[in-house]
Amino acid sequence: MTHVDEVIARVHREEWARVVATIARRVGDLDIAEEMAAEAFATAVERWPSDGVPPNPGAWLTTTAGRKAIDRLRREVKRTEKHKEALMLSDTPEPLGAIDDDRLRLVFTCCHPALAMEARVALTLRLIGGLTVPEISRAFLVQETAMGQRITRAKAKIKAASIPYRVPAREDLPARVGAVLTVLFLIFNEGYLASGPERETVRGELTAEAIRLTRLVGELMPGDGEVAGLLALMLLTEARRAARVSASGELVALGDQDRGAWDRALIAEGHALVRARLASGEAPGRYQIMAAINAVHTDAADVRDTAWSQIVALYDQLVRLDPSPIVRLNRAIAAAELDGPQVALAEIDGLPLAEYHAFHATRAELLRRQGRSAESRAAYDRAIELAGNSGERAYLARRRGELGGG
Amino acid sequence: MAQYLMSVLDDRTGSVTPEEMAAITAYNTERLQGEGHWVFAGGLASPEAATVVDGRGGEPMFTDGPYLESKEYIAGFWVIEAADFDVALRLCAEGSKACNRRLELRPFLTR
Repeated sequence: MTHVDEVIARVHREEWARVVATIARRVGDLDIAEEMAAEAFATAVERWPSDGVPPNPGAWLTTTAGRKAIDRLRREVKRTEKHKEALMLSDTPEPLGAIDDDRLRLVFTCCHPALAMEARVALTLRLIGGLTVPEISRAFLVQETAMGQRITRAKAKIKAASIPYRVPAREDLPARVGAVLTVLFLIFNEGYLASGPERETVRGELTAEAIRLTRLVGELMPGDGEVAGLLALMLLTEARRAARVSASGELVALGDQDRGAWDRALIAEGHALVRARLASGEAPGRYQIMAAINAVHTDAADVRDTAWSQIVALYDQLVRLDPSPIVRLNRAIAAAELDGPQVALAEIDGLPLAEYHAFHATRAELLRRQGRSAESRAAYDRAIELAGNSGERAYLARRRGELGGG
Repeated sequence: MAQYLMSVLDDRTGSVTPEEMAAITAYNTERLQGEGHWVFAGGLASPEAATVVDGRGGEPMFTDGPYLESKEYIAGFWVIEAADFDVALRLCAEGSKACNRRLELRPFLTR
């Protein structure tokens, strides 16, 4: 890669969302904004090697994309009043604060609850993350044409329903921020534990992109504790990535991981975020509690040093906010370390999670600790049957193989 | 201001309970009429009462029954006025709660 190529790649990462967001507000059309941003970057690839990199690459790209958008609108035969307005607006210089607002508008529009979840994920990765349609298709193992249609349909719905391009009203804000975080967490989780059978166990490009996007949302909403909590949760999870998969591609359980392979810098950043949230004195939301749980885990140099009572106390707090069966399952896993497998088994018995592989994997582990090998084996069988990820299946199969006879 | 259709999805008609009717009336008067969102609303007879009419040819054709056979149908509707889609979405969520049924929200075409 030449120096200019590197600069363009970096500017693409840093400026793409800003260019799309600014043009989208000026012309009121996400489709045109996306296309013109892509064309502006193509022009940069063409020109910058010979003309040199402009002093403010982001401004250059926004201006170039803006001019292209005007040309495009001028060429269109039917010009609505809206477009005429856009033409008049287009050359006004933007104060910096307004540009940040534009990116936030774009985030809220892409994660709008009236769009299907898979469409929100695709739109967010395309319009804010700047990933190409082939990149997104590969990440989700969806055909390129299908992914392209998914994005086109979502943009068409935004247009047809006139989904507003703006930061939501105060009364809608908590729920809408929640919707944005759900999308970001979903992208992260898909990278962290891919759902398909033939996929790599962990896909760093998706987790890294989710973290990058969450950092951006955090910069745009610095006062939001849940955004900070989600970022901390992602960092503390990502820190364990290298230790989470063995050389043979098998998933490694938290207790068996080589803690020396954990990323200290990410852990330090995650811990600092968690401490800042604790210091704020505000009641934590679910992402902050989950981050705190992960902070306790990553605080222990050895799994035997884990402060399980703190973890169980945090899970109790989480259950009060979100008494869903999955949260209760996770609480029971931690409680088993304090109260033993029998109590934990009694706690998870009857949870409506018969179709969830982690439920059976948990039961298998707890039954194993009680020496109930036959029941444990049956639970492993069911977990392996339901697990989508091959690294996870390999891990479960090995654990099952280690069971004593009977 | 834009207008939106909120359709009530149900597999029965005229099945509203007195409690639901009270909630709907409160929603209509306080939220919709009181805050200037009200345009029109009504319940519909079941699809068995439907007649499909095709007047495009010489003689109009009348066909008994609904155009689409499905378990769920539009049992009633509201037409509301709202500043934008997000406001309509919020009103729709409240309407769904009031009538205790799922609603479908669609904007009217403009121009």
